[in-house]
Amino acid sequence: MLEIKNLHVNINGSKILNGVNLKVNAGEVHALMGPNGSGKSTLALVLAGREDYKVTEGEVLYNGKNLLDLSPEDRAREGIFLAFQYPVEIPGVSNVNLLKTAVNEIRKYNGEEELDAIDFLDLIKEKMKLVELDQSFLKRSVNEGFSGGEKKRNEIFQMAVLNPRLAILDETDSGLDIDAIKVVANGVNKLRSKDNATIVVTHYQRLLNYIIPDFVHVLYNGRIVKSGGKELAMELEEKGYDWIKNGSEEVVSG
Amino acid sequence: MKDVINFKEWFLQKHNTFEDSLNGENTYLMHQIRKEALENFNELPLPTLKDEDWRYTNISPLLKYNFNIVTKDAKISNDTIQNYRFNNLKSHLIVFVNGQFSAENSKLLNLPNGVVIGSLSDAIKNNPEIVEKYFNKNTTNNHQIFAALSTAYTKDGAFIYVPEGKIVEDPIHIIFITSSKDEKIITQPRNLFIAGKNSQLTIIEHYISDKENIYFTNAVTEIIVNENAVVDHVKLQEESKNAFHIARMEVGQERNSNFTSHSISLGGALTRNNINALFNDEGSECTLNGLFLIEGEQLFDVHTLIDHAKPLCNSHEHYIGILDNKARGVFNGKVLVRPDAQKTNAFQKNKNIILSDQALINTKPELEIFADDVKCSHGATIGQMDEEAKFYLRSRGIADKTATAILIRAFSSDVIKSIKIKQIRNYLDELLSKRFSQ
Ligand SMILES: Nc1ncnc2c1ncn2[C@@H]1O[C@H](COP(=O)(O)OP(=O)(O)OP(=O)(O)O)[C@@H](O)[C@H]1O
Ligand SMILES: [Mg+2]
Repeated sequence: MLEIKNLHVNINGSKILNGVNLKVNAGEVHALMGPNGSGKSTLALVLAGREDYKVTEGEVLYNGKNLLDLSPEDRAREGIFLAFQYPVEIPGVSNVNLLKTAVNEIRKYNGEEELDAIDFLDLIKEKMKLVELDQSFLKRSVNEGFSGGEKKRNEIFQMAVLNPRLAILDETDSGLDIDAIKVVANGVNKLRSKDNATIVVTHYQRLLNYIIPDFVHVLYNGRIVKSGGKELAMELEEKGYDWIKNGSEEVVSG
Repeated sequence: MKDVINFKEWFLQKHNTFEDSLNGENTYLMHQIRKEALENFNELPLPTLKDEDWRYTNISPLLKYNFNIVTKDAKISNDTIQNYRFNNLKSHLIVFVNGQFSAENSKLLNLPNGVVIGSLSDAIKNNPEIVEKYFNKNTTNNHQIFAALSTAYTKDGAFIYVPEGKIVEDPIHIIFITSSKDEKIITQPRNLFIAGKNSQLTIIEHYISDKENIYFTNAVTEIIVNENAVVDHVKLQEESKNAFHIARMEVGQERNSNFTSHSISLGGALTRNNINALFNDEGSECTLNGLFLIEGEQLFDVHTLIDHAKPLCNSHEHYIGILDNKARGVFNGKVLVRPDAQKTNAFQKNKNIILSDQALINTKPELEIFADDVKCSHGATIGQMDEEAKFYLRSRGIADKTATAILIRAFSSDVIKSIKIKQIRNYLDELLSKRFSQ
């Protein structure tokens, strides 16, 4: 589904990603871990199409297409969804307006008819239950004045409505209490299927108790320095990142 | 090309032809008023960039043409007019074609006794005592060259008179349409709206054109809001992008009255609005809101003055500017709180968004406060498109242009949502999405 080959990315002239390689197949869940500033969000945002992040080398294939050629909206329409680490507040734009526009633009792109008001509302109501959000929330401005937890839940809610093929969750669990984490995990698990894939960016093994990953990768200094199964997350929780950092330096110097 | 005659000379010369075209509008009194105004027009200098009031607005493009005075009737189909009506809004309709009242296109609904909605031309003939009492009473008009030009050429415009205690339930939609083939014309709608004591009405002044022609609209609107009257006013400028539009609105408010105005503009080549609201007595409320969206090389200039001459009045002003390409905007908001005007509340806000590198806005709040027990505030901001928000929307599958339209709509929402008539809000939503999804 997704193949990242030797991806190098600059932000404002400084090198942030230094040759990332990653392959994600349909049906898989990948966890991406790594210390602060290692480039996890950069990778996620590049996949979503941030235009000011410059790809200097490498390529990304998504279902055989060159992903980097697509506009952010076309990536979303092709099934990519990023749950932002820091969801943006948009005063004056209601959640329901965003979703209605998004759903219908995506449907149009895929040659489907737009949803009428009633069908749309049915869809929304069904998905709201999934993330335990209150109806009144629909009319509020996107993320404006939301608590941290509400913002994260809103990302999962949007994901549920847009039903992506490749979901990238960037620290959707950070700052959440265990009940909220269960809600988020439940949202993700409901969407899991043999046709979809998920990349979960997290610092904490805790979330991975509820979303069981097939693979765990460690990003450090803009590269994936270690990959393994779900046990790797446990190991990281126990020992921290230092042993890997050291290891990676050895690799570099060796 | 024919030589262009000096702007002032031209209108001085044409005045005889104009007066000859008058019929019943040429009462003795009106003749005197016109004559005096023409003298003022003759004496007043044309504004230049050296005038503080015109510092950012160069009128020289306007002076390049001799605009013809229209004396013939032009015809407009009802279908054309229909395009500019608000969906599902029951309203009185009066239409002016090239400045002259068009009975054929107009249609009034049932009205309470004594209410007059129609043309100034008719009012001069049929209601001379009302016209005499209220017309051109604000003397500042005499010192403004474009207002003097309007007064000198007074012939027609919208006239509304609502007597004491009457309520006009449905909005009065006034359409001013300019239509000409190749001729460059001037139209000078001269509007007079009088809300009697305890009366209530809603007025929509709507300026349109059927083509992207060069012409000159020089409009003056006088609004008298008598004691405890409530007037809701909307002005919508959707004219030719090549039009010149100079407009002056004078509002006089008596005790406990309430006046609200929303001025929405897509601009022309050069637009200058002067809006003056004067509190003549205590206990009144005035809201002046506005939204302008300009692009290309359009110039839009709005000067407002809220004159707190009396105590215990509240004013609210909120202007939003959206500027693209090489457009230039000017917002000058003056609030004058005179020594007597204790317990004044005056709030002003001007918010602008610049969508290109070359667009420019000059914004200047001018608070002159001579009373000590007052609450006043003002704030002006100039910003750019929030790219993070735009990326967020695009990452949800929303096209770049749609995302821009959504964000512009959100930016404008404070002003749009304060418009009371839902059908107008819907109309503006459509205008905005059309404007930003081209
Ligand atoms: N707009 C920017 N301009 C300059 N540097 C940036 C910008 N955004 C991110 N960076 C830098 O890029 C590096 C990687 O940041 P990134 O946000 O991808 O890390 P992360 O792994 O997601 O960290 P965290 O765990 O804290 O979320 C950091 O050093 C950060 O300071
Ligand atoms: Mg991050």
